[in-house]
Amino acid sequence: MDIKKYTEKILSALPKEAVKSVQEFRGQVSLIVESERIIDVLKLLRDRFGFRYLIDLTAVDHLPNEPRFEVVYHLWCHAEKRLIRVKTFAKGEPPTISSVVGLWSTANWHERECYDMFGIIFDGHPDLRRILLWEGFDGHPLRKDYPVEGRDEKRNN
Amino acid sequence: MGIEQSGGILVTTLEKVVNWARKYSVWPLTFGLACCAIEMICTAAARFDIARFGMEAYRPSPRQADMMIVAGTVTKKMLPAVLRLYEQMVDPKWVMVMGSCATSGGVFRSYAVVQGIDKYLPVDVYVPGCPPTPDALLYGVTKIHEKIMQDKWLTKKYEHIKFPEKVKS
Repeated sequence: MDIKKYTEKILSALPKEAVKSVQEFRGQVSLIVESERIIDVLKLLRDRFGFRYLIDLTAVDHLPNEPRFEVVYHLWCHAEKRLIRVKTFAKGEPPTISSVVGLWSTANWHERECYDMFGIIFDGHPDLRRILLWEGFDGHPLRKDYPVEGRDEKRNN
Repeated sequence: MGIEQSGGILVTTLEKVVNWARKYSVWPLTFGLACCAIEMICTAAARFDIARFGMEAYRPSPRQADMMIVAGTVTKKMLPAVLRLYEQMVDPKWVMVMGSCATSGGVFRSYAVVQGIDKYLPVDVYVPGCPPTPDALLYGVTKIHEKIMQDKWLTKKYEHIKFPEKVKS
């Protein structure tokens, strides 16, 4: 099945108001989804279309723009050998979005890394603490307003 | 050192002979942090053969090692472990810094990387390179040897005592 037909098939099954737009670039499909409906969409993709594998979960900081933090999910379907990218925006201060640990256990560490680097709160995460940096680190270094050379952090002790 | 012609007797000082023995049995700590460690392993392997310098016994325990080769990028998260390893080593101990990351942070001018381990450890020899070749590392080893030979472990202990000058009448 060619990629456009397959995308249409997926879109027809997803709730209309949940998907804001669809982008296709070099044979890769991205769905931009309302952040309130992200769990519904991902659950549908997993259970109905066989996207059983969460390859990656990360975030993008669009600093001057609002909403600022975009959370990106990459899903893989082993049966169809297809990739789909789901994007949504984490709103609020601090930016908050629902956790997908209930759908994929592998999201646990991905979300911890995302929290560590961007300060995005994953609502419903069982153990949301820093994973790469040490406890007590001030700030979230992959944010665009964080100085690359650091703020003269004390060493980990 | 001087060799007496008759009887095969060797005349030297105690300090020199002990330093000579010490320099050919430096045991490094098995300890690699990044890609420099690969070059260090390569140095220990057959082609470059660090055993020629009596250093083939890489020790996994810091309590048995007397030289630390800081091979690679020291992150701020790793630093306490590095310092602890150094503190657990027995005296006399030497530190060789390998590569530009451990020397100065290298390309990683970042919030997460220590900008030179010499801020925290007393470094004896810096080996430049990214990563240094095994030859460079061996050259650093010979520099450590020179330093060990100059170690006045027997005679230095009175140096810090200052005797009062004679009072001129």
